[in-house]
Order: sequence, then structure tokens, then C-alpha cells
Amino acid sequence: MTATDENLTVRATALTRQFGKRVAVNEVNLTLARGEVLGFLGPNGAGKTTTMQMITGNLAPSAGQVEICGVDMLERPRDAKARIGYLPETPPLYRDLTVNEFLALAARLHRVPRKQVGAAVDTARARCGLTDVGQRLIGTLSKGYQQRVGIAQAIIHNPDVVILDEPTVGLDPNQIRDIRALIRELGGQHSVILSTHILPEVEQVCDRVQIMHKGSLVFNDTIAGLRHFRGGTLMLGLRQAPAVEEIAAVPGVAHVEVVGPASDGMFRVEPEKGADPIDALVARAAERGWRLSHVAPAASHIEDVFVQLTQREEAA
Amino acid sequence: MILTIAAKELRALFASPLAWVVLAFLQVILGWILVTRLDAFITVQSQLMQMETPPGITEIVVAPIFGAAAVVLIMAVPLLSMRLIAEERRNQTMTFLVSAPLSMTQIVLGKFTGLFAFLLLSLVLILLMAASMYLGGRLDLGLLGTLSLGLALMTAAFAAVGVFFSALTAQPVVAATGTLATLLGLWLLNMSQANPDSPFLMLALIRRYESFTKGLLDTSDIVFLVLFTAVFLILSIRRLDADRLGA
Repeated sequence: MTATDENLTVRATALTRQFGKRVAVNEVNLTLARGEVLGFLGPNGAGKTTTMQMITGNLAPSAGQVEICGVDMLERPRDAKARIGYLPETPPLYRDLTVNEFLALAARLHRVPRKQVGAAVDTARARCGLTDVGQRLIGTLSKGYQQRVGIAQAIIHNPDVVILDEPTVGLDPNQIRDIRALIRELGGQHSVILSTHILPEVEQVCDRVQIMHKGSLVFNDTIAGLRHFRGGTLMLGLRQAPAVEEIAAVPGVAHVEVVGPASDGMFRVEPEKGADPIDALVARAAERGWRLSHVAPAASHIEDVFVQLTQREEAA
Repeated sequence: MILTIAAKELRALFASPLAWVVLAFLQVILGWILVTRLDAFITVQSQLMQMETPPGITEIVVAPIFGAAAVVLIMAVPLLSMRLIAEERRNQTMTFLVSAPLSMTQIVLGKFTGLFAFLLLSLVLILLMAASMYLGGRLDLGLLGTLSLGLALMTAAFAAVGVFFSALTAQPVVAATGTLATLLGLWLLNMSQANPDSPFLMLALIRRYESFTKGLLDTSDIVFLVLFTAVFLILSIRRLDADRLGA
């Protein structure tokens, strides 16, 4: 991160949260620059939601600090919260209010001056595609529309930071596309933190990615950085494939697994740390007549990176 | 901000049939008491005339209505208060309020004010009932004043207990049960104590209310009820703060 302090909208330092003896979030640092969309990734149970609850002031951290636009969340929670719009995992909607009533309430509670509430509601509705449903009761709306109302309440007061926790869960593909376009658009004016476990979503929408696993941050880079990230894994194709153990016996190879049906003869080869076993593999294949058809760095698919990062510990 | 939340709660109460049902039953019960008391008053009226300082219509007809209203409200308040916080927890809408730039104090006071405003409305209905006595007589406005103040303070105390129990749980029914048990227990506390000097009697709500129904304005009763309300509201705020701090 090269952003200067004035440009930072969220700065979380060494956030830690324990539930009893279980450490749910362990010393997570997080920064967000103005206008940036940050993808917050991790498998279920990694501590994403807990982290977001701490950033939004819904949960007090056991240790660490949160600053929103330079305002400390613990010292001046109300001023800090006024700068955040938050959509939790379950959209907090009052089902017996109409969309207009609910958004007006959200606007009032977020300090929008009384005279500007009407305009704020109209703007939020227009941005979230809710223009036609203003008079409907929220309880009667479809899941996709409810999700939009949830996003609308998060942006109604034009906050500096918008935090969305898994906003596309349970939506149909068209709705997902709409919501993603909306998030992309939000990124221009607000800083956005988007939590998800759907990887293509991050690739499409985000500028930067942080990956959490078991309560700790394991990766923090731009999308381009994520694409280039590889752990040296090789894809190996053999027409006359031997047993997996034979490949694993090649010097420099740490671990081999079969990819796809065995008849394809494709293997994923994990090298030992710092080793480059390509030459050894080619030589061994020629020597034993494995009929090498393919050897290349594993296409660093974002999903592979994710799997690598989050399963590294188990493998080790 | 407090008023914004109060308005939301008031709207939510009126959006549910429960509030209307409670108001209707309150009116039916109190209306029936009014009629029977009025009947009794007319029967004994001639004998009252011979007394030197006869009790008036306010004492004989209106005061019992207020006495009964307090008992009916003990049953009604838990039903109205149970959803205030418990249901927000259950529907996970509490996040909406906690994420907004509000302090826990504002949230609790907003919810309390909304419920109290609703209960004051039932007090207004009772006063209208009392005002109907003007059709054939005159009211003792001083006594009516202490009765109203007494009932208002009592409902505030009831509402505060209701808010507190609603803050304790995510199950509205549990909140209602807890509120009812506590209010009934405090109301009946004087029955359990044979010794008239027992310190427990200080807490007996019925004692506090009795002086108001006699037309007495005792500052110790007023202070007690105000403090009682404040204590339960502060406990509610502490409870919500504890949610955020987590265990």
C-alpha cells in the first residue's frame, strides 16, 4: 500500500477477537483507500464476518484498533459509524415497513437532515433499481429485491465506506450480475469492502484482495498480483503414466496428485520449497518412457491460489 | 434520534393487531368496572347525602378504574414490551440500529419512549372515560391529577421492566414471561410480609400506588418510581453494551 494517510478510509490494526478460548480473528491488519473495492475472501468460518462486525462497531475487538477516516471506532463510535454503511450477512430489514418508510428511517438514523431525507431516499432507490417498489412492503419483496433494499440502506447517507457481507448469496444469476455492477459503480465514490467466498466475483469487481484463513490474513495483494501468484506448482501430462509414487520419487518433488480421470494422465506436482524439478521430471520421463505430453506451471487460476493459500497448513 | 426510534416503535405497535387487541380489552374491562361502580354509586347516593363529608363520584367510581387499570396493565405491558429488543435480535435487525450512529442509551430510551407513549395513550382513554362523569356530576380534579400521575409513573416503571427483559433474550415469549413474573411479584410483595416494617415492603409496587389513589402526593413514592424506572433502563443499556463486548 502506498496510499497516504489522508487517503485511507479504513485502517484496522492488529484486530483480535476471542470467543472464550477460541481465537476467531488473530491480529488482522486491513487498510482501504478511498474509491477502492477490497475483496475480503476466505472459506466459511475464516473470521470474515467477525472482522467486519468489529470494523462496523457491532462487536468490540479483544485487542487492536479501528479507525474510520481517522476517527477511532472505540473512542468516538458514533462519529465513526456515521461514515459507514453496512450490509450484514442477513439484511436487517423491517418486513412490515414499506421500502420508502424503511429507507427514510435509515436516512434519519444516519443523520441525514430532515429536509434531505426525501431526496436521499429517491437517490438510493434509483441507484439500487428500486424505483418501482417504493410503496411495497419489504416482506412481500423477492429475495433479490430485499438484498437491494439492504444495499440501499447501506448507501443512503452517502458514507465514505460501504461494507457488504456476502451480498450476492442466494440470488439468481441475473440479480448477481446487477448487484456486481452496482458494487463496481459504488467503488467510484465510496470505498467498498466486499466479503465473499465466490472467487469470480472478486476477480470481476475488486481492485485488491485480502484472503483470510482460520482467523489470520494469509494474502494481501492486487487482483493482478493474485493472478500472478503461484506457488511453483506444475501441471504434468504423461501419455504412459506410471504410478503416482514413481513421479513423487523424482528429486525436488514434494507431492503429486492426479487431476481429473486417471486415463488423462494429468498430474499436479508440488515442488519442494525453492526447488525447480522440471529438468529432473523431463529427464526421468524420457528415461522411463512416460511419454511426456505437457509440462507447465499450473495456470494460476484464482481458485488454485485460494486453495493453495487456505490448505497450505494442512499439507505442511 | 430518540424520537425517531420511538416513532418507529409506535408505528410497529400499531402495525400489529396485538396493540389494538390489548387496547380494546383494556377498554372493555375498565368500561365494565365503570358501569358497575356507577350503578353502586347511584344505589348508595341517597345514604351518602346524609353524611357530613360524603365521598364524591371521583373516589367511588374513578379511583377503582385506575386501580383496575394498573392490574390490567401488569398483564398488558409484557405483551407489548416483549418484542421491543428480543424480536430485533431474533430477526437480526438489531445490527441496523447498532451500526447506525446511535449510542445504546439512545436505542434503549427510544424504545422505552415508544412503548411509554403507547401506554400514555391508554391513560388518555381512561381519562376520557372519567371525563364522561361530567355528564351527570363533577369531578375532583385534584384526585384525578394524582391518579393520573400515579398511573403514568407506574406504567413507566412497568415499561422499563419490560424493556429490560426484552433486552435479556432473543425469545419474545421468554421476555414476556419474565416481565409478568417480576411485575406480579413486586405488585404482590406486600402479601408475603406479615411484618409491616419489613424492608421488602419498600419495593411493593401496590403500596406505592395506593397513596396516589388516595389523593396523596408523596415525594418518596414519586422518587421511588422514577428511580425504579431509571435502574431498569440502565440495566438494559448495560445488557446491550455487553452484547457488543461479547463473552
